[in-house]
Amino acid sequence: MSASRRHFLLSAGAMLCGTSLIAAAADKKKARAKARIIRIEAKKFIYTPNEITIRQGESVILELTALDFVHGFNIPDLHIRTDIVPGKVTRLPLQFPEAGQVSFLCDNFCGSGHEEMAGNFTVTA
Amino acid sequence: MIDRRNFLKLTAAGGGAVFMSGLYGHVLAADATMAEDFYFVQLSDSHWGFSGPPNPDAANTLKKAVAAANALPIQPDFIVFTGDLTHTTDDPKERRERMAQFRDIVAELKVKPVYFMPGEHDASLDRGAAYKEYFGKTHYSFEHKGVNFLVLDNVSDPGAKIGEEQLSWLKSELAKLAQDARIVVFTHRPLFDLAPKWDWATRDGDQAIALLMPYSNVTVFYGHIHQEHHHSTGHIDHHAAQSLIFPLPAPGSQDKRTPLPWDAAAPGKGLGFREVQADAKQARYQLQEFPVPQGQS
Repeated sequence: MSASRRHFLLSAGAMLCGTSLIAAAADKKKARAKARIIRIEAKKFIYTPNEITIRQGESVILELTALDFVHGFNIPDLHIRTDIVPGKVTRLPLQFPEAGQVSFLCDNFCGSGHEEMAGNFTVTA
Repeated sequence: MIDRRNFLKLTAAGGGAVFMSGLYGHVLAADATMAEDFYFVQLSDSHWGFSGPPNPDAANTLKKAVAAANALPIQPDFIVFTGDLTHTTDDPKERRERMAQFRDIVAELKVKPVYFMPGEHDASLDRGAAYKEYFGKTHYSFEHKGVNFLVLDNVSDPGAKIGEEQLSWLKSELAKLAQDARIVVFTHRPLFDLAPKWDWATRDGDQAIALLMPYSNVTVFYGHIHQEHHHSTGHIDHHAAQSLIFPLPAPGSQDKRTPLPWDAAAPGKGLGFREVQADAKQARYQLQEFPVPQGQS
């Protein structure tokens, strides 16, 4: 294979790859644009809100903020967790495939009421 | 003279059920001639400084447990406290006062040595700073009559992590031991995912278990969940102890991990301590649970 032919194939591959990346990013952007934003504030020892209703399969983005501590946000049933650092908005895209109750909790020990710092998603069919 | 083994047979009715742990029938090969029978006492989760309806006798429960340990007809070789010595507070001065008071109360124990480790209530808010001032290192090892004890700290990180540095230390400690060495791990939180929705887990506990797994004779004793509980990950047995403050519900049995209510008809119900008999010739442990005697406050 000539050097120019190899160059053409590599360029075409890169273009195709670039095109699909652009398409994927656009899809992601579109999905995000459609996703409902749910803001949750964490402070010792409560999330506000702590009871949240979501439709099964609905795309949502949690926007998590913490006021007083690096609280944790853990959804054990989905094997998802993150730290919520004060002064930053932590975004968590979510989709619940099944209806039911799904709990979340703070998993960074934050003080004497830590054990009560939890909440629930009610996922409706 | 009555020995400890015969004494247990005679007194089994006085405590809870006897629980056998370990590889029954597995005769130890390594250093078995150096080993001797012995027993130790596990106390856990005294939460000194707690007050509230789940234990209206909170100012006395730890003192009663100390008196009960001192009254044992045959004294243990040592006593271990598996964390949450004190109840948490945001006030660093108050935290230190609680630790000083706890230290003074347990100084009355006749048995020495007493081994300590932190729980998240002691150490998570200041990464173990106050705890270290009063009780020293948060992870360490010691050997007793042929058994290798490893104390792991899975609470000084508020995110319930053992951490890379301590895992490296664990790896180096284990590297010194034969694969059939007798190993006992003391820690506060369960190393396995007992009930993640109640935060009853260690975030990197699987890494500690992976390091322990090649060793054929490992047993873990822990606290945190305020109840007797037994679980196995492969050949490794994990035993949780009762607390000295209030019992908690069975893992994942209800929405929230709220303390079980104080039973005025049976004060101290669900509180207690554990004796662990180490059998010299076989790789096993005999566990017996005891209530905290409820005398005059």
